[in-house]
Amino acid sequence: MKIRLNGDDYITKAASTVSELLIELDINPLRVAVELNMAIVKKAQYNSAALKDGDNVEVVNFVGGG
Amino acid sequence: MENASNDKLTIAGVEFQSRLWVGTGKYKDFEQTKKAIEASGADMVTVAVRRVNIFDRKTPNLLDYIDPKVYKILPNTAGCYNVEDALRYARLGREAGISDFVKLEVIGDDKTLFPDVCGLLKATEILAKEGFIVLPYSTDDPIIAQRLVNAGAAAVMPLGAPIGSGLGIRNPYNIKIILETVKGVPIIVDAGVGTASDAAIAMELGCDAVLINTGIAGATQPIMMAAAMKHAVISGRFAYKAGRIARRLYAAASSPFDGML
Repeated sequence: MKIRLNGDDYITKAASTVSELLIELDINPLRVAVELNMAIVKKAQYNSAALKDGDNVEVVNFVGGG
Repeated sequence: MENASNDKLTIAGVEFQSRLWVGTGKYKDFEQTKKAIEASGADMVTVAVRRVNIFDRKTPNLLDYIDPKVYKILPNTAGCYNVEDALRYARLGREAGISDFVKLEVIGDDKTLFPDVCGLLKATEILAKEGFIVLPYSTDDPIIAQRLVNAGAAAVMPLGAPIGSGLGIRNPYNIKIILETVKGVPIIVDAGVGTASDAAIAMELGCDAVLINTGIAGATQPIMMAAAMKHAVISGRFAYKAGRIARRLYAAASSPFDGML
């Protein structure tokens, strides 16, 4: 399916949940926060948070800052 | 004698080993970041919240160098120019991290990076109600400092000078008034510290801590400057606790008159 991921178009390979998307992207779920259509997805909900075509997903982490 | 071990800064039940807090921006690389933070002795470390680089997964992660088990990670809302964005970044930072602490920035202008205090106050109130431990980056205005505390801020972080300017503590009298009038929360100078004496001045005034990023990361030798800032903050704190002598216009001899020939 086609989603918006961090501002770019992204075609998922097999992922149908947030949890599967993070695995697909090789991202450590403990070090990020995920927004699905502007709503934060709690870590406990990654497994159940289903993705659908056209979803807007943001994955953020910590970078150097003051 | 009073010493460092019984003079700890505590915010919302969290005890800090150091009164120097440091940022992690602007370093040459993560190795230098790590070494500078070690040299600073800081245990509170600010970070920014940004998009993961999805398409280059080989880029190193800050937390590979700054272990969250060793350091307390303080997410900021840097780059946010309105309340909605600041709330969004604060909530994402909390979800990505492990604590409710947030260094709240609502910036009013990209040339000065001065806070938009109206937005800051509003965001502080909302986030405090959501259970955040809000540490707002503020102007050095005693009135807004008190308003922030009334809105639920756990500390107030007045600027010494614009972010990254290195101009030092431009209005020590305002900082002093904040220290005398705003009670019950720590006052932490954030921004403007350019060299060790600036940090010492902030602490000598009676500030509870100092937060420095560019002053260390932008130095020719950041790791050495980190050590300098560590000592300056300790020196300034000791001098504040020791109680400085009054300033006087004329001399007062140190050696006795008695016994002179």
